[in-house]
Amino acid sequence: MQQAPKTPPSPLTRLETMLLIRAYEHQLVELQKNGAPGTCTSVGQEACAVGVVAALESRDRIVTNHRSAGHLIARGAEPRRLMAEVLGRVDGYCGGRSGSLHISARELGVVLTSTIVGGELSMAPGVALAQKMGKGEPGGIVAVFFGDGAACEGIFHEALNLAVQWQLPLLFVCENNQWQAFVHRLETMPDNAIANWAKGHGLPVETVDGNDAEAVLEAAAHAIAHIRQGGSPAFLELVTYRQRGHFEPDDQAYVAPAELDYWRARDPIDRQVQRLKAQGLIDDNGLTALERQTQASIATALAFAQTSPWPAPETLTDHVYA
Amino acid sequence: MSTMIQMTAAQAINLALREEMRRDPDVFLMGEGSATKHRDLVDAFGPDRVRNTPLAEAIIAGTAVGAAASGLRPVIDLLFAPFMTYAMDALVNSAGKLRYLSGGQFRFPLVAMGMTGTGWCVGAQHNHNIEAMFVHTPGVKVVMPSEPADFKGLLKAAIRDDNPVLFFIDLGLLCQEGEVTEDPDFIIPLGKAAIRRSGDDITLVSYAKTVAVCLQAARQLAERGISAEVVDLRSLKPLDENTVLDSVRKTGRLMVVHEASGLCGIAAELAALVSTKAFPSLRGPVVRLTGPDAPIPSSWALEQAVVPQPERVVNATLELLGAAHSVN
Ligand SMILES: Cc1ncc(C[n+]2csc(CCOP(=O)(O)OP(=O)(O)O)c2C)c(N)n1
Ligand SMILES: [Mg+2]
Repeated sequence: MQQAPKTPPSPLTRLETMLLIRAYEHQLVELQKNGAPGTCTSVGQEACAVGVVAALESRDRIVTNHRSAGHLIARGAEPRRLMAEVLGRVDGYCGGRSGSLHISARELGVVLTSTIVGGELSMAPGVALAQKMGKGEPGGIVAVFFGDGAACEGIFHEALNLAVQWQLPLLFVCENNQWQAFVHRLETMPDNAIANWAKGHGLPVETVDGNDAEAVLEAAAHAIAHIRQGGSPAFLELVTYRQRGHFEPDDQAYVAPAELDYWRARDPIDRQVQRLKAQGLIDDNGLTALERQTQASIATALAFAQTSPWPAPETLTDHVYA
Repeated sequence: MSTMIQMTAAQAINLALREEMRRDPDVFLMGEGSATKHRDLVDAFGPDRVRNTPLAEAIIAGTAVGAAASGLRPVIDLLFAPFMTYAMDALVNSAGKLRYLSGGQFRFPLVAMGMTGTGWCVGAQHNHNIEAMFVHTPGVKVVMPSEPADFKGLLKAAIRDDNPVLFFIDLGLLCQEGEVTEDPDFIIPLGKAAIRRSGDDITLVSYAKTVAVCLQAARQLAERGISAEVVDLRSLKPLDENTVLDSVRKTGRLMVVHEASGLCGIAAELAALVSTKAFPSLRGPVVRLTGPDAPIPSSWALEQAVVPQPERVVNATLELLGAAHSVN
């Protein structure tokens, strides 16, 4: 198995990764205006992805969901192969079979991705059990990313209960982005429900500002240290916001403009830029250069994806059975 | 006389809901985003009868079952058919069995809607034609319409039925327009197939958007002097055996075409039906053109390979007729 890339060492690399994730998502949004297959973008949630993934090691595994581009890119996935997958081409991570919604990349330790909400939660305990029973690299843990909506599924409680009872090395990462497709979170659950429910299962729970990459990293590192030492699970609720619609294209007509404004003013990338500027680690010129470089790499990735061949129809039933 | 108006299948569904909710105060709608999607129904009937639910299919379906047994008539929108697996316990074990197991004490007048089908490149966790799974489930009925008028008429019949009805929506049809009557008493009874085109040489049986594929194939066959009859099942359970049998007795040949996997599917059932009840009329083997035993891929190129295309229907028909000729 190929090693996952080294943990990004600095706040500046985290900014770079967030810019890359956003540029990637925006590029797809542009394609979707012209009929490319839709995606659930992670725009606004980049800090959750880079913060948690920065705290993981290459021996750790990730289980994720439909809104996974940030997790994948933060883990070192190549935008060109992600784009090829979204466009249904052979060079995609899953040979075009997945499309955007269930991209796994085993070589990166992103092992199982399900777009069935709650599917990620149902599988993660098993991946963690296998780690514990010696199938992974020694000391490896599992991080499972899921949304606030997934916390409404019964499987949420089933997974938490099992992980606690069996002392599984599992980090639950709930990206509470306020929306569950076209329904606001507050229409489906009490305000503090997620953390309270998790606490009821008897594991350490921390609620974190999910738009602050450094705060996410710190909380994740802390939770992961607990998991590695004690061999038992931990839970992070990352409070964040889905800045775009559920699935592109989506005009967000059902979203209150004031809410969007509120969260755009708390944009995770702007936050990281402000921090780095305050620390003297970047200036406007540096930022512009970085953005240009990111744009260029996304343009190259797109050209690669668009020229990647379509899978041959004869391969339709390949990989159905092992 | 009531007027006919042009509308999409999505509008026809909305109209059916509106008419039935107006007619019967026990009818109500719930699902993940139902109130967001049907704002106009919330305005007309209030938030009690058009509900956004938590994201939890098992409890949506379970609640519908409990409410149905207690006198309400819930319609639940489970979004995409594959998500119904979470609702399976309520639909299969409760709604399908507890009338029988209680010795007939309860009835379960509920409708569960789910979208499926190719055309959107979303992959197998959204696109899985699982209708035959429910045909295999005692106690529930299954419908899958092919055109806007049927969406309206069948949904109204499903809501009025005293049994659980699975209402499958072929995604590719939602935006297609057609003529729909505004008559609030217009229903299409469950278990009635429709002959969409009459012919003498072969019977093409299908449902949902594949009916259009068969009609296209029938037009191409007509140019070659072959007359195909096209039957739209509309209801998969109860199945309109007589319409299929009558047609096959006339044409002597049967081809069943659907996107769903062939194994233990609707086509297999129809093959068994005609070989049991119309064997002497058959002039050739029953042909099944179905989706593969494979999850549906996202890639457009592979997704298209799943879909029964008109050319495949035409070629298979020519082969069947050729074989029949050489036998004769
Ligand atoms: C079992 C299931 N039900 C419904 C859906 C449709 N769906 C996809 S994502 C989504 C909302 C998920 O909300 P959340 O868990 O908060 O994740 P987010 O999309 O906000 O990242 C819904 C309803 C699905 N994919 N799977
Ligand atoms: Mg959410």
